[in-house]
Amino acid sequence: MAKVKRSPWLLHYDGSSCNGCDIEVLACLTPVYDAERFGIQNTGDPMQADILLITGGINAQNQAVVKQLYDQMPRPKVVVAVGVCACTGGVFKDTYNILGGADTTVPVDIYVPGCAARPQAIIDGIVKAVDLFQQHMDNHEEFLKNPDEYMKKNHPEVDFKKGE
Amino acid sequence: MGKRSVVPFGPQHPVLPEPIHLDLVIEDEKIIEAIPSIGFVHRGLESLVDKKNYKEMMYIVERTCGICSFMHGMAYCEAVEDVMDVEVPDRGKYLRTIWSELSRMHSHLLWLGLLADGFGFESLFYQCWRLRESVLDVLELTTGGRCIFSVNKIGGVLKDLDDDMIKAILEAVSKVEVELEAIKKTFLFDYSVESRLKGVGVLTKQQAHDLGCAGPFARGSGLKLDMRLRGYDAYKDLDFEPIVSEDGDGYARCYVRTMEIFQSIDLIRQAISKLPKGDIAVDVKGNPNGEAFVRVEQPRGEAVYYVKGNGTLFLDRMRVRTPTFANLPGLVETLKGAQFADVPLLILAIDPCISCTER
Ligand code: SF4
Repeated sequence: MAKVKRSPWLLHYDGSSCNGCDIEVLACLTPVYDAERFGIQNTGDPMQADILLITGGINAQNQAVVKQLYDQMPRPKVVVAVGVCACTGGVFKDTYNILGGADTTVPVDIYVPGCAARPQAIIDGIVKAVDLFQQHMDNHEEFLKNPDEYMKKNHPEVDFKKGE
Repeated sequence: MGKRSVVPFGPQHPVLPEPIHLDLVIEDEKIIEAIPSIGFVHRGLESLVDKKNYKEMMYIVERTCGICSFMHGMAYCEAVEDVMDVEVPDRGKYLRTIWSELSRMHSHLLWLGLLADGFGFESLFYQCWRLRESVLDVLELTTGGRCIFSVNKIGGVLKDLDDDMIKAILEAVSKVEVELEAIKKTFLFDYSVESRLKGVGVLTKQQAHDLGCAGPFARGSGLKLDMRLRGYDAYKDLDFEPIVSEDGDGYARCYVRTMEIFQSIDLIRQAISKLPKGDIAVDVKGNPNGEAFVRVEQPRGEAVYYVKGNGTLFLDRMRVRTPTFANLPGLVETLKGAQFADVPLLILAIDPCISCTER
């Protein structure tokens, strides 16, 4: 947490959750748990969001919505899956309509277990996401300073030539 | 006459925690028609009866909705108990009632908060949710879970209340009562809140009846519909009168729900004072064979459970009719002729629970 220099925006999308995780996420943003003290701010606008928080599994109808939200977010972005539904499909995994967890549709960085996920666990996930976001930003800055060196150091397997 | 256009609303929308999609046909700022489309949360949990046996289904049913989770489980258990001719011990019935009313309190507080957020009263929203946490704390203390707590079982309940827990419940409800008294003043008598709610989204008694509305939405329009009057569980021994308001506007719905929290507090006190001693559950043997309908009053209105067993571990069919499903036609009706800016408020006014509706 110490190195965090930015305040990311958080976007919450409710997939096919039962509402349990959903209201716990909301409870995290209210005074008793107050996740905003870690410098995040809730937003409804994907175009400015940095962290996508998904509750609930993915079904045929909301798959396109989740995909679109993810695509609309600017890079770098971090995805947090909250609750076992978003992690794997949870208790509804065997139904005909659930394709699985959020990672069937978008790449997930952080998994928060629980059914319903407890506010403490959700806050932990958010803090990890904030850290990861900062890490992405740092990497990006380092890359901009000296792309050659950065690629050599971090991705030696890529044959990186200037201008390509 | 202005030009007509169609504005999509949702599924991802800042004031709605849950995805609902509406196509709004508008003329200038006025809504001509609203066409809801659902399916974003459909999981198909009724189909799981093929894969989970009737005891495991309890846990699936509780996850129909995370807010009235307890009452879903309870209604399912009562339906199966009905089929199997199981009589739950009195103490079990009273405990179910107490937890039901606690669930109703936290659900209504949640709704009041969301409503306040809907008309832009951020601090009121936070006050309601802060208060809601005291209810969740006793739920956690007594059951071990905050919103999904699986204490029902077929034949009774799994956990008992000891004296300390009862004391904690009474303390928590007293705290909520005192603080809600203060919050109530803002909801019911504040000028700016009144101006947002009064006369907005009127649904007459006749309309509410014809469209088959349920719960506080119907009671706000003057219909005295409350399944608790049916006298299931401990309600037959408790003294209460459904709260009804005649106006049918947003303010009336807000009034009904606010007063219902006080009513729940009263019911909890009554139930605790009459709490009988004895077993909390009976053992259940065999498999359900036959069918049953059960109707219970959830925070959002009447829920209907239907189960059909065939003598094996797996049920033939289970069906849930949830209150929001019954209230959607009413919602569409109230949206007609409303101002565009009032749409989020009107949607919130029915206290939509999309995950129940779509199951
Ligand atoms: S993980 Fe559990 S509580 Fe969360 S959405 Fe899924 S079923 Fe509901």
